[in-house]
Amino acid sequence: MHRISAIEAGHLRADLPEFGPGDTVKVHYRVVEGSRERTQLFQGVVIGRQNGGIRETFTVRKVSFGVGVERIFPVHSPKISKIEVVSRGKVRRAKLYYLRDKVGKQARIKEKR
Amino acid sequence: MQGLIGRKLGMTQTFTEGDFLVPVTVVQAGPCVISQIKTEESDGYDAIQIGFETRKDKHSNKAEQGHFAKAGVGVAKTLKEIRVDDPSKYKLGQTLNVESFAAGEKADVTAVSKGKGFSGVIKRWNFSGGPGGHGSHLHRGPGSIGMAASPSRVIKGKKMPGQYGNVKKTVTNLEIIKVVADQNILLIKGAVPGANGSIVFIRKSERTAG
Repeated sequence: MHRISAIEAGHLRADLPEFGPGDTVKVHYRVVEGSRERTQLFQGVVIGRQNGGIRETFTVRKVSFGVGVERIFPVHSPKISKIEVVSRGKVRRAKLYYLRDKVGKQARIKEKR
Repeated sequence: MQGLIGRKLGMTQTFTEGDFLVPVTVVQAGPCVISQIKTEESDGYDAIQIGFETRKDKHSNKAEQGHFAKAGVGVAKTLKEIRVDDPSKYKLGQTLNVESFAAGEKADVTAVSKGKGFSGVIKRWNFSGGPGGHGSHLHRGPGSIGMAASPSRVIKGKKMPGQYGNVKKTVTNLEIIKVVADQNILLIKGAVPGANGSIVFIRKSERTAG
């Protein structure tokens, strides 16, 4: 198995900041439209990180015009040009799926001090 | 050069040039040594025999040791014969490695598939099975296997339960995503037959034109 990890290691990204569930992040994602390339911003709360190694992904949730939107990004994708951590959240579980059922004040996350 | 013997190491995913995540099988391919060259004059056809991995002397007999000594190489664990057009291009004892493949090429991979034992029709032939409960007694059975007094036999080739897997299978037209020359590793898009650690044979695809 270690030989496969060695193959994966070449593609893992070390340049991204540490972040986890509860953190609010800004994801800069490169999008190709026809021949033009531009950067798309997606800001929201990380509600979980799934899988490991090169397969690792994270889910970002935001509420846009009253509608909940979730987007899943591969952590090590070369299409992510930058991840900014806006704030660190204080949470007590790894997956914040309960946020889907909460609106308004209840959907807030305490900031880490 | 057409083919190499290798070992399947396992599967993972990798990012391609266009930044797409693709599933790949990691295969240790070669290095293989040429242990015999067959020619039209001596054998009636042109071919090369390639060997992969070496055995300890205590695991081979005199006949095998003699055969490999002629080529000046160690006794191989696995042998495979490849038909070639011009055997004079090859030398006895020559080493073939992954550099004969390039990223973007198509390959065919042959290996013995994972054995699944005596399997029923649902697993073996993807039958849909019966309704199960609600008064139905048909669970995972095949149902009717034919007509009655005429023809009073089962049609040949009828899909029935039986041994599934553990047969030689070839998957064609798989793209080679990456060649890691210093480690003799090929990354092949998609799945290949066999369990991790099993022997596979990789050759340039015969399906692709040109």
